Amino acid sequence: MNQWKNFSKGLIKENAVFVLFLGLCPTLAVTTSAINGLAMGLATTFVLVMSNLVVSLIKNLIPDKVRIPSFIVIIASFVTVVELVMKGYVPALFDALGLFIPLIVVNCLVLGRAEAFASKNTIWSSIVDGTGMGLGFTMALTVLGAVRELLGSGAFFGMKLISGDALLLFILPPGAFLALGYLLVLVNMLKEKTA
Amino acid sequence: MSMVATLFVVTLVAAGLLGSVYALTKEPIRLAELKKKNEAIQVVVPGFDNEPSTEVKRLFMDGDSIFLYTARLGEDVLGTAVETFTNEGFSGEIKLMVGFNPEGSIIDIAVIKHAETPGLGDKMEKGKSEFSVQFMGKDPDNFNLAVKKDRGDVDAITASTITSRAYCDAVKRAHRAMSEAQ
Repeated sequence: MNQWKNFSKGLIKENAVFVLFLGLCPTLAVTTSAINGLAMGLATTFVLVMSNLVVSLIKNLIPDKVRIPSFIVIIASFVTVVELVMKGYVPALFDALGLFIPLIVVNCLVLGRAEAFASKNTIWSSIVDGTGMGLGFTMALTVLGAVRELLGSGAFFGMKLISGDALLLFILPPGAFLALGYLLVLVNMLKEKTA
Repeated sequence: MSMVATLFVVTLVAAGLLGSVYALTKEPIRLAELKKKNEAIQVVVPGFDNEPSTEVKRLFMDGDSIFLYTARLGEDVLGTAVETFTNEGFSGEIKLMVGFNPEGSIIDIAVIKHAETPGLGDKMEKGKSEFSVQFMGKDPDNFNLAVKKDRGDVDAITASTITSRAYCDAVKRAHRAMSEAQ
């Protein structure tokens, strides 16, 4: 398989958020600021790459009937590793994301890639697939976070551009749906133009 | 390999991995939490030269514990930092560190832990808005710790009345702990 194609499909063509609509729970919940989106995306990418790696490594040893519980145990282990390491070494980041880290376990993107890709492909392809999908997810979360932060608190990556409050609605949960909806309109418009 | 054996091996390896990561990160996690606590004490009763985290008094109140740290400069008591909590937050528990001087007035307040909405409720944190400034120098005996909507003296954060109420609740609990400890 062409590895460049394998990598780049996750960025745009099969972007987890904008095209596949996977993992929307963390997407909508954590993207109240760009930095939160970025950190959540990178944490998910780490879990995704590691779980893809391990799943493709042991795919032939695991009987079909118990593959889902095995995958979940593997994913949950890596999520706990991320949680503990973050708590110990970057406590400030953990304060912002702590609540959402355990949610990576049930992010259907991670299990989805393990099931649909890593359990059928070679180790190398699986790592590339995980990296691409993860970075696409990170990009989507960062863009959504930046848009909501800009409209909702008038800031960009924590830098205040206007003083006082902005459109508070956009950092509240309904704002997440609105912002994502309008971003999808944009993405689809761009896609139609290129198609 | 049979299914049972596979699952057993998978969970065994996972448990081993988690155990070792836990052992490795245990000390950094403890240090990070201690550092945060010490920094909070530093903010709310500045200028001490002892180690307040070793002079602790523990009180049980409303189903959880409250910690009182005594800050000294030489022989003089500079004040008390009270680690207080509330469960009335918009997204669960909020932990605050409230510094009282020996006369019973609030020196300063720092937020230790919360899960409030970023951009709304998190304005209770120092530096994110002027909300916490209004408590400085106030004596809760003649400053009603309730938002103005509830006929108190506290200006609530715009669009975050629940968070503001919870904050007042935590500070009130700290004040009660202070009077009970004496």
